[in-house]
Amino acid sequence: MKRDIFSSMKDTILDTSAVIFDVKRYAIHDGPGIRTAVFFKGCPLRCRWCHNPEGTETFPDLLLNSTICASCYTCLKLCPNNALGSDKSGALTPFRELCNGCGLCVEACPYDALQLAGRQVSLKALLSELERDRIFYDQSGGGVTLTGGEPLLQHEFVIALMKELRNRSIHSVLDTSGYAPKEIFRRAAAESDLILYDLKLVDEHRHKEVTGVSNKLIIDNLKWAANSGLDLVIRIPLIPGINDSDVEIRDKAKFLAALGNIRSVNILPYHRGGLEKARRLGESSSFDEFEAPSEEMLNMALKIFRDHGFEVKTGG
Amino acid sequence: MNERVRRLRERSLQTEPTISSERARLVTEFYSGPGARGVSAVMQRAMAFKYIMENKEICINDDELIVGERGPSPKATPTYPEVTCHTISDLETLNSRPKTSFRVTEETKKIYSESVIPFWRGRSMRDRIFSEMTQEWKDAYDAGVFTEFMEQRAPGHTVNGGTIYHKGMLSLKEDISRAIAGLDYYNDPEAFSKKEQLCAMSICADAIITFARRHSDLARRMSANEKNPQRQAELLRIAKICRRVPADAPRDFYEALQAYWFIHLGVITEYNTWDAFNPGRLDQHLWPFYKKGLEENSLTREGAKDLLQAFWVKFNNQPSPPKVGVTAEESGTYTDFALINVGGLKRDGSDGVNELSFLILDVIEEMRILQPSSMVQISARTPDSFLIRALRIVRTGFGQPSIFNSDAIVKELVRQGKIVQDAREGGASGCVEAGAFGREAYILTGYFNLPKIFEITLHNGFDPRTGKKIGLQTGTPESFDTFDKLFAAYKRQIQYFVDIKIRGSNVIERLYMDNLPAPFLSILIDDCIARGKDYHAGGARYNTNYIQGVGTGTITDSLSSINYNVFERNRLSLKSLASILDRNYDNEEILRNIFLNKTPKYGNDDDFADSLMQRVFEAYFDAVDGRPSPRGGKYRINMLPTTAHIYFGKVLGATPDGRKAEEPISEGVSPVQGADRHGPTAVIKSVGKMDHIRTGGTLLNQKFTPQLLNDEDDLVKLAHLVRSYFRLDGHHIQFNVVSADLLKEAQVHPERHRDLIVRVAGYSDYFVDCGTELQDEIIRRTEHQAL
Repeated sequence: MKRDIFSSMKDTILDTSAVIFDVKRYAIHDGPGIRTAVFFKGCPLRCRWCHNPEGTETFPDLLLNSTICASCYTCLKLCPNNALGSDKSGALTPFRELCNGCGLCVEACPYDALQLAGRQVSLKALLSELERDRIFYDQSGGGVTLTGGEPLLQHEFVIALMKELRNRSIHSVLDTSGYAPKEIFRRAAAESDLILYDLKLVDEHRHKEVTGVSNKLIIDNLKWAANSGLDLVIRIPLIPGINDSDVEIRDKAKFLAALGNIRSVNILPYHRGGLEKARRLGESSSFDEFEAPSEEMLNMALKIFRDHGFEVKTGG
Repeated sequence: MNERVRRLRERSLQTEPTISSERARLVTEFYSGPGARGVSAVMQRAMAFKYIMENKEICINDDELIVGERGPSPKATPTYPEVTCHTISDLETLNSRPKTSFRVTEETKKIYSESVIPFWRGRSMRDRIFSEMTQEWKDAYDAGVFTEFMEQRAPGHTVNGGTIYHKGMLSLKEDISRAIAGLDYYNDPEAFSKKEQLCAMSICADAIITFARRHSDLARRMSANEKNPQRQAELLRIAKICRRVPADAPRDFYEALQAYWFIHLGVITEYNTWDAFNPGRLDQHLWPFYKKGLEENSLTREGAKDLLQAFWVKFNNQPSPPKVGVTAEESGTYTDFALINVGGLKRDGSDGVNELSFLILDVIEEMRILQPSSMVQISARTPDSFLIRALRIVRTGFGQPSIFNSDAIVKELVRQGKIVQDAREGGASGCVEAGAFGREAYILTGYFNLPKIFEITLHNGFDPRTGKKIGLQTGTPESFDTFDKLFAAYKRQIQYFVDIKIRGSNVIERLYMDNLPAPFLSILIDDCIARGKDYHAGGARYNTNYIQGVGTGTITDSLSSINYNVFERNRLSLKSLASILDRNYDNEEILRNIFLNKTPKYGNDDDFADSLMQRVFEAYFDAVDGRPSPRGGKYRINMLPTTAHIYFGKVLGATPDGRKAEEPISEGVSPVQGADRHGPTAVIKSVGKMDHIRTGGTLLNQKFTPQLLNDEDDLVKLAHLVRSYFRLDGHHIQFNVVSADLLKEAQVHPERHRDLIVRVAGYSDYFVDCGTELQDEIIRRTEHQAL
């Protein structure tokens, strides 16, 4: 019963409509100034530490926050697909394979315990939502950040959105994994004012192991972007046991230094924020729990990048 | 902070507040003695003031640089039986209540029962006020529809201007004499009462000089016995300074602070004025002395800081005079709201920030004491460095300084009819109230419970708590078939209760005018001398009366819930809603949560809710603004609660926004706690839809966790947030940095804390949306960062 929103939307993407799973205002760690971040649904990568697991799939995800759920069963009575039931203890239990993401339960839940990650939004409606914080963008040199998921999965919309933002003199930041066909990446890059470029691992084999995809596209797009002199900030998630070894960090720093034109690196230390969302998605098993990096580890990473001549900071 | 200041500060913190019977005894002696007979009310006041200043016990304490106390010793708090006469049971309550208690000795109780109570019972202003109020007024007051400021404390709310820094009392006495000489008995029918007023002012000027000189004499006597040569020299300097000021104008930084302090003590001894007294634009007033001292090498930056810190301690030594009953609930705090203004604009409109402004911020940061309160005024011209410096103090989580918009204050005051230069020299005092410092009597008359009036509207004029009819009969719930009809009924009820409130206030104002004038305060405020009129009687250049609207968030969300759930979604009828509210949502948790979670709320930049806030604002504004007061001033509104939102919640049943009976209502113009779920920019957009310029002050509180303010970048963004709010004409914003304890509370009760945003790592999220592991981690970090 899972409905692939992209297949059902193929015609409407050109009518500039997209699926997003959040619009977050006062985003202050995703580019300059005060920003509004738009989270696009769907991601080709499956990083085991993902902190937005509700953004990876291309179908709407039902999230259940059991600590808030009062087991009133208002939702249960409404679901047209019998996708909601209760377990022996009476706790609400979603049967996600039956859920088609219609959202009736979410709309009705009195406690806001149910949420749907994935709503369709027209370009026009999204722009008016984004323009609400214009005074803050203007004041702070902020703007809009397109993130996800992987925004370039919905590239036509994303490009159209950035064009419209530019027409309105609103600064746009593209936060991307870089995992996109080069034509698409280049077109999108041209419309953005700044790219936050995620780099997990340089080693292709390891990359595939922990994200599920090769990093060839990512590296190629990055090289092109660096060569073209685009405004780039490299964001590196620091995941203990995955990419935090001294050698790994040095390799990455050397690799980036060799690209030239890159000045700025952000280190994003792993945190457990994704686990709760994975739990709410019923997907705990698909994600690993890691330790948060120690202060020493973080400082070491910062120092290595600094020694290679980068402006480096923690967080975005 | 040097060792001396550390000791002074520590001693002030450790001293327990007590009730002193001294002032009550002296004022009773004077009024029951022969001196009070056969003279006008204003002369009685002047002579009573003189009697207190000549006879009260004075002290100079170890290490002090700035001297003088209101009571016989620090934190010994006097009472004002001519305004409100405490009963023995009041005194016992003060002694035993768990919060803001004052120790009361048996001796004090004895003096009260033997002389103070027998003399003042039935004569105090409070007794007179209650005997003059109508039944409608008493019913509304008892129901908690409004409070009355002047039933226990004298009208005050005033702020010092610049006069005392360039004019001594002797010179002001000359002004008074000239005014007397210029009285025209042939053509001015008020000439004689003006003469009485001016003579009374002159007596008060002498009294404050005497009071200062008594300190000079004491310092000289103490120096004779002082073994430590350094302290001996200090005492001799104190003796010299107290001989000079406030009789003559101060010549240096030290004298300026001491001059102000004597004036301050004079005002708060004459009456228990609301909001004590206030040095106002301290950095502006002291700047010439500071600059001159540095240029002449007679003052160092460190020396100035020590003096300012010693000055700060003096404020902390004066707890707010104790209130009883409802008034204690509406502002249950030791703080007396002396709000020092730093930054802002100069008279000519240029930026007022100077080196001393930064130094005062250092003082605020180091002192970290309850009193005085402090704020920064930020205009479009204020440098960012100053705002960021202030935010760096805010980050430490001590609630000060609060942040005000100078440009909004100027616009508000100009709209009220002040000339722009006077407006620029003004600021905010008390909580957030705008005023033309040194030139305006702006009296707060009471809080006004906007949600309570809606409850009465829903009950066709009856108060459901008592079953008493106290409002108009504007219709039963069944009779409102549209939202607009319901709102029209609410508007009529607002008008009705504002009328009752204003009728009462006009009577009270007249009672003070005729019976308890304030000749000492009148010396200080322009143009009381020139007009020969008392501060309480329209002597000030500008006169304003405020009624403070409370519960913006609660009333907006209540109306939104009705408009949305009853009239738009037809979820239930207004009649059944009213009955569910009467039963306090008993067995209606699901519905209550729909009201809480699935209904448009103020604070989310949602026009559905925000437009209702605007309608309430307009209805309230129309009922109050521009109405005349006996002093020749006008009534205006502002939107602030102090702590009245707690009392107002206690007298209010369940509300349609999902709030249960007796819980606090929203404070200031902030959204209902937990109702704002789209972050601070959405809050600011919502609150920015209120027309702040037509108020005399609004109060917005925002909560922040310390991690959101970790690095410089975060502070810069916070500064932008403030600037954006001010571009929307926001009046004031205060940041409360959240404690680890509150986060723990939020773990247990997520439903109450859905608005709490925390920084995780490289991003921020709602605290209640973080998993337990992460929550625990954030709590640990918060504990770690707490100072």
